[in-house]
Amino acid sequence: MSQHREADVLSTGEVRQETMVVNMGPQHPSTHGVLRLLLELDGETVVTCKPIIGYLHTGIEKNTEYRTWQQGVAFVTRADYLAPFFNETAYCLAVEKLLGVEAPPRAQVLRVLFMEMNRIASHLVWLATAGMELGAVSVMLYGFRERETILDIFEAATGLRMNHAYVRIGGVLMDLPPDGLDAIGDFTAMMPGRIREYENLLSRNPIWVERNAGVGVLPAEDALGLGVTGPVLRSAGVDKDVRRDEPYCGYETYEFDVPVREAADCYARFELRLEEMRQSLRIIEQSLERLAEPGPVMIEDPKVAWPARLEVGPDGIGNAPSYITHIMEESMEALIHHFKMVTEGVSVPAGEVYVPVESPRGELGLYVVSDGGHRPYRVKIRDPSFVNLQSVPAMVEGGLVADAVAVISSLDPVMGGVDR
Amino acid sequence: MPVERLEGHLTGRTAEESEEELKRGLLLTSLDKAVNWARKQSMWPVTFGLACCAIEMMAAGAGDYDLSRWGMELFRASPRQADLMIVAGRVSQKMAPVLRTVYDQMPEPKWVISMGVCASAGGMFTNYAIVQGVDTIVPVDIYVPGCPPKPEMLMYGILRLHEKVRTEGHAT
Amino acid sequence: MRVTELAERVGARYPHIVVARDEATLTLDRDELLGALGALRDDPELRLGFLSSVTATDRPGRDPRFWVAYELYSLEHRHRLRLKVGLAEDDASLPSVTGLFPTADWLERETYDFYGIVFDGHPDLRRILLPDEWEGWPLRKTEELGGVNTRFHGGAFIPPVDRRST
Repeated sequence: MSQHREADVLSTGEVRQETMVVNMGPQHPSTHGVLRLLLELDGETVVTCKPIIGYLHTGIEKNTEYRTWQQGVAFVTRADYLAPFFNETAYCLAVEKLLGVEAPPRAQVLRVLFMEMNRIASHLVWLATAGMELGAVSVMLYGFRERETILDIFEAATGLRMNHAYVRIGGVLMDLPPDGLDAIGDFTAMMPGRIREYENLLSRNPIWVERNAGVGVLPAEDALGLGVTGPVLRSAGVDKDVRRDEPYCGYETYEFDVPVREAADCYARFELRLEEMRQSLRIIEQSLERLAEPGPVMIEDPKVAWPARLEVGPDGIGNAPSYITHIMEESMEALIHHFKMVTEGVSVPAGEVYVPVESPRGELGLYVVSDGGHRPYRVKIRDPSFVNLQSVPAMVEGGLVADAVAVISSLDPVMGGVDR
Repeated sequence: MPVERLEGHLTGRTAEESEEELKRGLLLTSLDKAVNWARKQSMWPVTFGLACCAIEMMAAGAGDYDLSRWGMELFRASPRQADLMIVAGRVSQKMAPVLRTVYDQMPEPKWVISMGVCASAGGMFTNYAIVQGVDTIVPVDIYVPGCPPKPEMLMYGILRLHEKVRTEGHAT
Repeated sequence: MRVTELAERVGARYPHIVVARDEATLTLDRDELLGALGALRDDPELRLGFLSSVTATDRPGRDPRFWVAYELYSLEHRHRLRLKVGLAEDDASLPSVTGLFPTADWLERETYDFYGIVFDGHPDLRRILLPDEWEGWPLRKTEELGGVNTRFHGGAFIPPVDRRST
């Protein structure tokens, strides 16, 4: 026996164990945004994991208390920035509930249409970043390629690619452009083939399966106790979807399935989100049929409706020239009305409501309190990513460090929603 | 209120001096030209996407608006290997020290593009939580406004930065 | 079940229930809170076992000043109930519900971070969204909106006209 071996055996007779505390983030390519994980590692195994958030805290909730009700839409839309239509719709539904009004039917159909397209766009970003974080870099390009088609439609209809402020109190801002229905029809025709492409690339890929199957298992009781909703909960076998359970915007009149899986691991969530994209396409096709007849997209009540008619011009969205002529040259009353509605805004009766919608990440709830004035008194965004992130330690501890990346990308958190 | 000037990087040359030099019609040596050309040809950004602008930055790097036309598709995760920091998104008070640390870890020469109105001036969030412009923390070379700026706007900002680098003199 | 039936059933045991805009709101004292949550969860007709959200509203100048609101949901029956607890200004603390609902962990931390309301029995009550050394409770109505100077020590405020580097 060499000197070295003898010394080892003589020292304590035990192997000394030490865990290493490693910081992952907030600036990190794989943590899906500015998320910081404090990992205690024993070799490659994670002993404890503590997520630290707040690196994107924007003070949105406080800021809405200092602006009018209409301006609240522009703030709320930037919380979960990958699903802006959902934030806006939940906020507008809450304010409409407080006012006791309902948007016209065509506006409801447009809201559903844009929400479902946003769901597909959000799942595409999830697919792109999940693939990239696990090393499948080509999926990144595919995901963003399809997303560009959707963003072109958004831009033509609302003037912006992201953070649209399109859904307003009392309806939506503008109707679709003249070729909008055709463009969306082309998109729904093209998309199923693309989803099949993603499945061909990933579903039976041995590396993808190896890295995702059996990783990040979160059983149903734990998920429910932790308040997890959305695809993560449905991958554990719990059939909860706000669109079907507490319908809004006319969802009870659409035919769609809510996919559920039993395995509760990252692979089940992957399959689930692809299937959700297909179901969203079904809903979009049904809404296109309903948009065949014209109708108003903003409520008639002058005390609630946004006064202006807007148009998408070469440099973005703005007041339509015909409307500007009307208020500046034709009617003084219209000018005064426009001025009052834009600066002072809607006056909402006192009360409080909680409106949940099903965002791509789970139950997005808006708790809005009014004290009868022109400004919101309290706007609280119950963001699904904020609550879902609490389950990261439960899924990551005991696994490998590399699995932590897979788990977080299967959870699909958007830090804008987490930190608000 | 104390006013501290955070100058443009590199050589201690102030903004006025650089502009004068430019106006006089640049007498750059061929070595300068070669160095500047090499620097702008493949400037690698560090991954500093924060919020919504980060998604547009990723879209700019993806297939439709391809940043690899200018050699920039490679976003380096380690600041030690990067020369450009695109601050994409709103910088919160908690993130400000991290931003400064990452900037300090980048080796010279380095440039900063402030992408979006939140990074340039605080954006719509004039409140307790957001830094009102990252130029209070790091010196910025190009400001790209927008909420979020389209990928084409970001590319225009990057091309202006390339111009700036190409026409820069050195104190050698 | 419908909101009116829900209100009747809950109201039989806890009288301060209000139905408005198709939603039911129950007001409780903080001593009744944990008992009520357990009862509402175990009642076979109510089964309100999913906590969606915990938040607070600040009404300065009134007593009670803080109102903490819990949103409960039932997966079996698909109905909702809101629970509200009023807290006085100088005694802003109430028991934590993390024992019954683990999801309240971060939700209560956020409420503490924004308003300074202390949740007794919370496993780890500290700031979550704001920097750890932040002073003040920003969402209180008595706090300013802020946003002039950056607080980071390495930064300095530069007037806009001097901010450009070219």
